[in-house]
Amino acid sequence: MIHKFKAKDINILLDVNSGGVHVIDDITYELLDYINLPLAKECPGEIISRLNNKYNSSDIKEAYSEIVSLYEDNLLFSRDIYGDYADTAVESPIKALCLHIAHDCNLRCKYCFASTGDFGTGRKLMPLETGKAAIDFLLEKSAGRENLEVDFFGGEPLMNFEVVKEIVRYARSKEREYGKNFRFTITTNGMLLTDDKIDFINKEMSNVVLSIDGRKEVNDRMRVRVDGSGSYDKIVDGYKRLVENRGDKEYYVRGTYTKYNLDFSEDVLHLYNTGFNQISVEPVMEDESIEYAITEKDLDKIYAEYDKLVCKIAEIKKNNGKINFFHFMIDLDQGPCVIKRLRGCGSGNEYVAVTPEGDIYPCHQFTGHEEYKMGNLHEHTFNENIKKEFAGCHVYSKPSCRDCWAKFYCSGGCNANNYIYNGDIHKAHELSCKIMRKRLECAILAKVCEQLNS
Amino acid sequence: MKHIKTINKANLSATAKKGGCGKCQASCQSACKTSCTVGNQKCANESNN
Ligand code: SF4
Ligand code: SF4
Repeated sequence: MIHKFKAKDINILLDVNSGGVHVIDDITYELLDYINLPLAKECPGEIISRLNNKYNSSDIKEAYSEIVSLYEDNLLFSRDIYGDYADTAVESPIKALCLHIAHDCNLRCKYCFASTGDFGTGRKLMPLETGKAAIDFLLEKSAGRENLEVDFFGGEPLMNFEVVKEIVRYARSKEREYGKNFRFTITTNGMLLTDDKIDFINKEMSNVVLSIDGRKEVNDRMRVRVDGSGSYDKIVDGYKRLVENRGDKEYYVRGTYTKYNLDFSEDVLHLYNTGFNQISVEPVMEDESIEYAITEKDLDKIYAEYDKLVCKIAEIKKNNGKINFFHFMIDLDQGPCVIKRLRGCGSGNEYVAVTPEGDIYPCHQFTGHEEYKMGNLHEHTFNENIKKEFAGCHVYSKPSCRDCWAKFYCSGGCNANNYIYNGDIHKAHELSCKIMRKRLECAILAKVCEQLNS
Repeated sequence: MKHIKTINKANLSATAKKGGCGKCQASCQSACKTSCTVGNQKCANESNN
């Protein structure tokens, strides 16, 4: 399978199954439309006659023979040999937990998928006992995995920060005995950040996600306090202090864009100009009937914003600025192994979420969907059948992913989105797919430009 | 080559043979956390690097 596209006057060709990326000229670009497998050694006369009103025959033959040579080296139209791996490399130990440390929040962000913090299940903080039981569960279920991840999520985890600290202490106290390495992360809305909390986070959390949507008026339209006023002024200074004190450790500021700020490249630039250089801005996912939801009609505008961002980011880098925009992160040479790429997030199989009540779900987004409740920590129950269902959920078991050129980068998208919008974890959410594919083209383009300029 | 310039040396099929060790990070693909693509992740298995 191949995928080709034009961007910024460059013709780019991706060989999907090998991951090879090539820049090609116009003849080759058009020639590829007429190629049938298996490739004939010599360029068929029919192809020449289709193209020789535009190009001369010797150029067409030359381009054709270059295609053949890459094909013979397995760098073009390379075979898809991964279906078997998808079926054999199935169940994994659990290695990552999302702890819903607080089903409560001190903001009332209008687009919150957690129904302003409580996932529609009542406001509640996670008791320390549940947190400890979750760590024990992870230690028990992670046989063979050394690196374990625990993400403190909410609601707003800083509303229950003493418990966060105790859980970290508890987990660290077990590391040696079990031969494990804990890697903690936290997501916060910044409202309760203090210098003490910043110190703890910077010491213990290997990544921290700071929620902010970008420009003040954009942020304050959606990220509002209980009284309806905006949060921007309250959070931005804390974020700056945290980032200044953080050194080289990972963090990112993370925003959501909606129909209200389809010019979101301005928000990315605003965040950069405010002093943040690790930036992630994501489309809101909402039912089409909601006023601020993104719909098919917005796609052209969104695509144009991503194109704009490719140029803006290249400009910043050219002037020796440092910026990392998460949607354009891609490693064309040494990304993860293809087996990792078949499944992506690992929800329900390698990764589960735990609520304050001790309920276990395939991931944070499944919380409250009873049919996917996997068990409860206090009752010592865990449904292996649901785990198996998720283990079998990969790009080859999802019909639209199997034939999608983006499958080894997207890894089959978000199972939760598929379930929420299409009622089936295997049914890709097409609007998300379209945005994903555009982002990937931009990411590949940005890398190609860097290479061509170097 | 005159018409085709190869940009990277990726070879996904080679990674199938020594991959799947599970040392790497889990990664949420959803917009609600951050959906940076799996493609950007580093392989965490030292013997592969
Ligand atoms: S873009 Fe959509 S169809 Fe393609 S791999 Fe991702 S989820 Fe599957
Ligand atoms: S199912 Fe979706 S929300 Fe859940 S972990 Fe996977 S990508 Fe993230």
